[in-house]
Amino acid sequence: MNYFVNEKGYFGDFGGAYIPEMLYPNVEELRTRYLEIIADEGFQKEFHQLLKDYVGRPSPLYLAKRLSEKYGTNIFLKREDLNHTGAHKINNTIGQILMAERLGKKRIIAETGAGQHGVATATVCALRGLECVVYMGEIDIQRQAPNVARMKMLGATVVPATSGSKTLKDATNEAMRDWINNPIDTHYIIGSVVGPHPYPDMVATFQSIISEETKKQLLEQTGSDQPDYVLACVGGGSNAMGMFYHFINDENVKLIAIEAAGKGVDSGHSAATTALGKEGVLHGSRSILMQTEDGQVIEPYSVSAGLDYPGVGPQHAHLFKTHRGQYVSVTDDEALQAGLLLTQLEGIIPAIESAHALAYLEKMEFTGKENVVICLSGRGDKDMDTYMKYFGL
Amino acid sequence: MNRINKLFQEKKNIISIYYTAGYPNLGDTVAIAEELERSGADLLEIGFPYSDPVADGPVIQASSKAALDAGMTLELLFEQLKDLRKTVSIPVLLMGYVNPLLQYGVANFCKSCAEVGVDGCIVPDLPMAEYEELYAADFKAYDLTNIFLVTPQTAPERIQKIDGLSNGFIYLLSSSATTGQNLSVSEGTEAYFSRIADLKLKNPTMIGFGISSKETFDKACQYANGAIIGTAFVKSLKADDVSGSVKEFMKTFKP
Repeated sequence: MNYFVNEKGYFGDFGGAYIPEMLYPNVEELRTRYLEIIADEGFQKEFHQLLKDYVGRPSPLYLAKRLSEKYGTNIFLKREDLNHTGAHKINNTIGQILMAERLGKKRIIAETGAGQHGVATATVCALRGLECVVYMGEIDIQRQAPNVARMKMLGATVVPATSGSKTLKDATNEAMRDWINNPIDTHYIIGSVVGPHPYPDMVATFQSIISEETKKQLLEQTGSDQPDYVLACVGGGSNAMGMFYHFINDENVKLIAIEAAGKGVDSGHSAATTALGKEGVLHGSRSILMQTEDGQVIEPYSVSAGLDYPGVGPQHAHLFKTHRGQYVSVTDDEALQAGLLLTQLEGIIPAIESAHALAYLEKMEFTGKENVVICLSGRGDKDMDTYMKYFGL
Repeated sequence: MNRINKLFQEKKNIISIYYTAGYPNLGDTVAIAEELERSGADLLEIGFPYSDPVADGPVIQASSKAALDAGMTLELLFEQLKDLRKTVSIPVLLMGYVNPLLQYGVANFCKSCAEVGVDGCIVPDLPMAEYEELYAADFKAYDLTNIFLVTPQTAPERIQKIDGLSNGFIYLLSSSATTGQNLSVSEGTEAYFSRIADLKLKNPTMIGFGISSKETFDKACQYANGAIIGTAFVKSLKADDVSGSVKEFMKTFKP
């Protein structure tokens, strides 16, 4: 079974480039050049240098002893929360800004939901001196004031998306419209493994540093580079794809993707895409998305602003459909409790997104000998408001 | 011969009007078509609304959202168009995004189009390769035309390929932009239009995006078989006097 992209830009039945003609030249330019640019020695050198000296990689693989004791097995945390800007998002934006430079682009646009990808994009634009415009839903701008301030301080222009439901999917629509209107000088840094081919494959490639490092670290720490389980949360799915990437062809490693059930999968307030969605096309690729019978996209809900996306990346749809990955979900409550638990057992406050992955430990059964790797995709600083309200701190 | 080919054989300076189904009032779809034909429109493009219309500017987005909020669906649209051909004789295209079409089922969609007398469709985010491989046979089986878009950035080889796949007309975008911006015919645009003319395509062409006035319409007609007006028309529709606002709008173009 091929779990990776084929020459037509598809992962099994999913992917492709469902874009209007106005975007065709932009996407085609990227499609014909991304592989050769990434493979270039100079690109690789600069990418890895920046990941090391600027982002602070490799991120540690930490054996969480007290958490392991609690669940009766060996739990390793891949510490993406320790990256510069506080999450895995920067791995992709470093890769894409170098890509944009090599394509001769002078202006960068991005979409953001909670603001993490917006901050990571504004950061690399400041680093390289490129103009940066970030589209963000009007409602998210109100909910995420500190990240809006960060982006502005970094020199980015934050443009409110006022169409549709005024959240992440509408910010993505606005960014695409910007790209249609500025086809020559602009590169669109998509923040997840979504969008038209080659974005899902390109973003996964940049994020695959997560599993590349994990394999080496596991070998050093356990004597084997193959864990029993790998867990990661999924919104669009970029941290999960980075965490799964180098384990995908190791068929004995179980891949578990945790979606946000919100107030419950059947509550009408959920973002559990694989449970609730059907096959369709959103933001340029064929995948699984939450939609009405008439094919209108449904606005998802999760307490975590990084997981409330109505689709998943096409590679995830493929892993789901072929049963290579197990796609499950946990609720807001379960995630918030797991966030508190990690904080009190290990002294690490996780992002609520990452807390979804941790919460699934409660539903697993262990014999005591397993090695479990969880992607701790981000830190919880940005979520203090939500934690404070929920726990009455 | 189908209605579209006949139109291009018989007429020049064709005026095509785009509007969103179910807007400004849910039940207006056919009434607008009838009034447009009476007022001199040659061709109609009826938009079936989608929640995430990335190629559209604010005016058409807002009309789509209003129509969806009022309850418009593809199923309802075909129901509304059931008796279309009793009162409307000019060619009609449906225009919309690929996802609603996939959920309805492409073969099923083609069948419904043929049943109500729709002549073809425009689906901007349906890629050429997927159309050719997966859906062209369905379109052919029901004698439907699929209209492709060309922008100033589309390469000549690609335009030739589009010409080969087309059997109605080719939709030339005046600029690479979302809908609803003004056409300014600069030297660059003129060069683009003449470049297209030099390709000696087998299909006629229509210019769309940015056509908002008699002046821009006439200018577009110098370079193509006609032009398409969308945003300016949708903007002019008055919910409480649909028929009157259609007449009023068309007066500018067909005095």
